[in-house]
Formats: sequence, structure tokens, C-alpha cells
Amino acid sequence: MRFIDEFRDPVRAQILVREIARLTGQIARAHRGPLQIMEVCGGHTHSIFRYGLKKLLPPEVEFVHGPGCPVCVLPMGRVDDCIALAEQPGVIFTTFGDAMRVPGSKKSLLQAKAAGADVRMVYSPLDALTLARENPRREVVFFGLGFETTMPSTAMTLRAAKRDGIRNFSLFCNHITIIPTIKAILDSPDLHLDGFLGPGHVSLVIGTHPYEFIARHYGKPIVIAGFEPLDLLQSLWMALRQLAEGRAVVENQYGRVVPEEGNREALAVVNEVFELREFFEWRGLGSIDHSGVRIRSAFAEFDAERRFAVPNLKIADPKSCQCGEVLKGVIKPRECKVFGTACTPETPLGALMVSSEGACAAYYNFGRIDLTELSERRADA
Amino acid sequence: MSAPFVCAIPMEELVGGRGRVLDDAITMAHGGGGKAMRDLIQDVILGAFDHPLLAPLEDQAVISLRELAANGDRLAFTTDTFVVHPLFFPGGDIGKLAINGTVNDLAMSGARPIYLSCGLVVEEGLPVETLRRVTRGMREAADLAGVAVVTGDTKVVERGAADKLFINTTGIGVVPVGIRISAARAQAGDKVIINGSIGDHGCAILLARHELALDSDLESDCRPLADLVRTMLAICPDIHCLRDATRGGLATILNEFAQSSRVAIRLDETALPLREEVRGLCEILGLDPLYLANEGKLAAIVPPESADALIAAMRAHPAGREAAIVGDVRESPAGVVLLKTGFGGARIVDLLVGEQLPRIC
Repeated sequence: MRFIDEFRDPVRAQILVREIARLTGQIARAHRGPLQIMEVCGGHTHSIFRYGLKKLLPPEVEFVHGPGCPVCVLPMGRVDDCIALAEQPGVIFTTFGDAMRVPGSKKSLLQAKAAGADVRMVYSPLDALTLARENPRREVVFFGLGFETTMPSTAMTLRAAKRDGIRNFSLFCNHITIIPTIKAILDSPDLHLDGFLGPGHVSLVIGTHPYEFIARHYGKPIVIAGFEPLDLLQSLWMALRQLAEGRAVVENQYGRVVPEEGNREALAVVNEVFELREFFEWRGLGSIDHSGVRIRSAFAEFDAERRFAVPNLKIADPKSCQCGEVLKGVIKPRECKVFGTACTPETPLGALMVSSEGACAAYYNFGRIDLTELSERRADA
Repeated sequence: MSAPFVCAIPMEELVGGRGRVLDDAITMAHGGGGKAMRDLIQDVILGAFDHPLLAPLEDQAVISLRELAANGDRLAFTTDTFVVHPLFFPGGDIGKLAINGTVNDLAMSGARPIYLSCGLVVEEGLPVETLRRVTRGMREAADLAGVAVVTGDTKVVERGAADKLFINTTGIGVVPVGIRISAARAQAGDKVIINGSIGDHGCAILLARHELALDSDLESDCRPLADLVRTMLAICPDIHCLRDATRGGLATILNEFAQSSRVAIRLDETALPLREEVRGLCEILGLDPLYLANEGKLAAIVPPESADALIAAMRAHPAGREAAIVGDVRESPAGVVLLKTGFGGARIVDLLVGEQLPRIC
């Protein structure tokens, strides 16, 4: 398939793998402990596991799986709020597919649906708006979540709803923003990151400039990375090259998609519709200042939080759950006390086990068994 | 509400009825046991499934054991219920699925499928013409698969109690002497064979729901596999494992083989036949084709020495033109399916937890 296979070419991968090994050798001599590179985005985590990239890399290089899976960082209380909304009489509650299984304190949206709530999976917020048009006597609520990647499409939908005077549509806004979260991670005392792979699709919207503080103030290299395996290997190589040369700048590996300035139209509609919240609660990471957005008063009529009584309860994460430490890269999923025992994809305690982009689910699904034997046989062949 | 179409109503009364449904839509009256029901049976059921064993309209079909025993020494017996939205989709419909699904479940034991039953649960309001189209299509599919529908039942339920139409088919077939297919027989060294591209049905259904605003010529692979299995058994009577990869896809049945046989199955991603449209849709939605449903695809675990001859024979059959060896069986890690990725890595192909859900970004 064109524009896909080129970025999955195993021969080119070998060249990059060799260069990565060479650079690692160079850096490791002057470096204490493993080289820790955080991939911020859940899509990256998924690709790293799906293509088995870890096995191709020198043992000194460690990927730390960052907070960039919007489904995973959603606190339980917000899921409970979703369910409370979905159970209101007359409401059609619409959501992206992978949010359906996220556990709330009592149940998930999937379970609420089975119990009679009208919960429907949509592929785009515009589908939810169409549902509102088709069901004028029902209240259609869209569960908006995700980083800057999905914010513009939600904002465009609200703009369209306002333009067309649609009165039975509202948004339960859980959009979050990545930059304050990266900053919070960098300020965390128990962290030893050496560099970052920046989120490709978020950057398509916000551009590369917002990351400059990472290089300037924290002296860490960051490379905006694409999602195909060669993208990831090349980005890692670029980050290591900076470390080897003692540089720390923002580099853009995903130039075929990410413009330096971002997408001005997308940013404009996001600013028109949303404003920063003072703080937002993250699963595992706690409250982070200015890390979420809410709907501006000009669009208040579409704000589900103003239109319905949302309980907005704070539910503490389960005590045994170590999602926060995994998100910060302090421990690996496998090192969590409940990984694979009390917490599995069948019975997720923490949200990292729920989405296929969650670090723990990826570890569980793709990395549970040591595949070394398989790799060795491949090398022989 | 009950309306068995193999019922105690004397034949002459039936013949004396109008024999045709004149209403546009099914109503509760069509399940009421009276004239309306008799017309429905005459028109929609007998009109499609006309067969000497069905025609007497007794409470049951009576089948000669001698006739069955001529085909082998064991009876294969299976049932399946079909619910699909939409009822009609490119490449098939619920009726064709209901025939082929049960035919294929029988065939996977090596059996020759012979007789089927057909239970219909109809939601009131369903256009009669839709039901006619479905049963006529079922007859065509049955003829193609070499089976006959010889008994059945029809229920009409109130609006909302079912989604338009549900169909149950139960089937019997006969397993030839000496055939011993089981999910527990895979052994190290065996080869994994499939008869063509995976995920076509799952993708065709997703597209037919028109929720994605994508167009494609992709069709469901819905088809009977009994004749292909007969061809395969003629080449290799010692096929170890055989299953059709319906709900849950190829990944699910291979996990069943690996767990029942306590072996590892290793798939080679580059060997898996996959249509460009299916691959594209999966890339867009973040779905894995290994878990998508098929309705005309089987996976076989076979002794290595028979694999090439089997592939050649399958490719000469219309149901196996894209047959391929896609992996092999190893001793360890037992109970696990592994995928060697085209990129050079490897990963576990586990059972799905629930439904496959599209990813947010």
C-alpha cells in the first residue's frame, strides 16, 4: 500500500538500527544508567509494541510511555459523569469507541448501555450532530475527549451547531492539552528522562514552537515523531544524535505532516470555542494547572455541564493502582503490583489497561511473553 | 404468537387457503395460527423451500437412517443463530449467511452437510417482500451448498422485541469413515493454511452501515465451504484441525487451536492474504484484520508433507483461489499465537477482550 509500506521497510530499519546502536555506544560511555526517551503519545506506544521495536534496539535505550492516551488519563469521576449524563431521560450519549470500556467507579459506558442507557458509538462529532438533527425530540450529548488532535473537529461541530441553530445538541468537554502536562512531568522530582519523542498529530495542530521550553529551560532534546515504525526509529536516532552532540533543540521528523506553525485555521476555531480551565484532573497524575479546556460562554448553550446536572465527583484512583508512576516512567508496566494479576484487559483497574494505546494494555497484549527465541530464529533464517 | 410452519394443520386446509400473502407487511396475525399464518407459510416458506420431506407439514421431518449411513459412520449436528444489521449487504444477506454458516460449521468436521432446519423470528412490520427475498435467497444458497431445508418454525414478535429478522438454522451432516478432525490435534511441524483473504465480511458489513462515509466495491466473502473441504480431504484425509474463521476472525480460531492442542502457532504477516480495501479501512480505524469476521474462510492445520499439494488443489477450487500457507506450529510457548511482523518484529496475537473498538486517534 502506497505511503504506508515505504515507512515499514525492514531493510531501511536495519540501517537506522545500526546507527542507533553506534550512537548509543558513544553516549552510554559518559552516561549513568539507561538512556530514557519518553514517547509522549499513545499512538507511538501502540506502534512500538505492534512492530516489536524494542527488540531491535540496544538494551541501554528505554522507551518511557508517556501520558498521551486521552482515554487512559481520564479520571474515574469523569466516566461517572458520562454515565450520569447517559442515564438522563431522553439523552442519546455519543462517544468514540474506545471510551466505551473505560471503568468508572461503578460501571463503564458499555455496561450503562446494557442497563438501558442510549449510548452510541460515533466516528466523528459531526455524526453526533447529525443524530441531533435526526432526533429533534432527544437530547444528544457528545463526549468530547482527546488532545489538540481532536479539539478542532469538536470546535467545528459546535460552530456548525450554532450556525444551524440546533438546540438539542451539547458537548461534555473533556479535551485536554499536552504542553502543561509535559511540563508537570519535567518538574516531577523522581524523573530521569533524557529526551522526548513529541506527539505527531497534536503538533499538526499546534506546530513545533510550543515545545521550545523543553529544550531551552530543561535542556532536553525533543523530536516530533510520526507513527510508522521507520518514523519512530528515525526520531529516536535524531534524539540520540542530539544527545551525542550535546545539543537540545526541537526537531521535526514528521515534516510531511507537521508544519512548524501548526494549522492556523484549526487553532483559530479552537480559540473561538474553548478556553483554558484553571486546572484539570488527570488519572494517575492528579490535578494539573491549565491542562484542560472548557467551552467559552459564547457557546454556553452547547455545554452539557451547564445544561445538565453533572455530579462532578472526585473519585480517587484505586490504592493498588500505579498508573501514575507508569505514566511518569518511574516504573515499567510489568513492575506494577497488580499488572497481569488484579489488573488485566478483561478486568482493568487502571485506565492504562483499557485502551489499546495504554502502555499496560500494550505490554499485556504484545509484550507479555519473552519473544527473544523467536527473534533469534529470525536472525538465523 | 407461536406459529410453527411444520404444524398440525391438515394439508387440505392449507391448500384451500389463499396461498399468498397480500399484505405489504408482516403483522401479529401472521403468527396467530389462523389463515394469515397459513398463507404466510404457503407463500414465503413452502414457496421457497419446496422439498418432499417438508411438504407433508408434519411437526417434524422424518429422515431415513439408511440414507444417512450411506455417507459415513457419524452424525454431525450443529446450530447457529443469525442477527445482522443491515439484513442485506454487498455479497450476501442474512438468509445466505444462515445457510452458509451452518453448512460451514458442519463441513469443518469433514461432514457432508445434508439437512437444515430454519427458525424465523420476525418483527411485526417487516415488509413481506423482504421476507420472500430472504427465503428465496436461502433456497438458492441451499441448492448451491447441496443441502435442503426440511423443517422449521416461524414466530412473529411485537415491534421492538426483535430487530427486523433473526434466523436460526440447525443442520445435520454425516462424517465419512476415517476422518478425525479436532482442534486438539495440532502438533509441532504442522503448517497453517487459509483459503483466501481475511476480513472481507467484517469490512463489508462496516461499510454497508454507511456510518463511515467511505465507498468501496468490497463484498462479503459469504459462501459455502463444504465442497472445498471435500476437495481438501481427498488430497489429505489426515487434516488435523479445521475451523471457519467467522466471528472473532482468524486470530480467535488459531488461539482455540493453540490452546486445545497446547502448542504455539506462528503466523507470518507477509503471507496473510489481505485486500487493499480491508487493509486501508483497518489503517483508518485502527482495527486489526486478524480479528475481523469472515463468512467463507477456513483455517486448517495440516501435516507439513501435505501442505503444498493441498494449496495446489485448493487454488484450483473456486472457494480457494487465494489459498496460502500462513504459518506453522511449534512446541512453545504453548497456547500462544505469535505474529512475525512484516517489519521484522514479533508480537502476541491474543484473544480479544470484547468487541474490537475503533481507536480515537
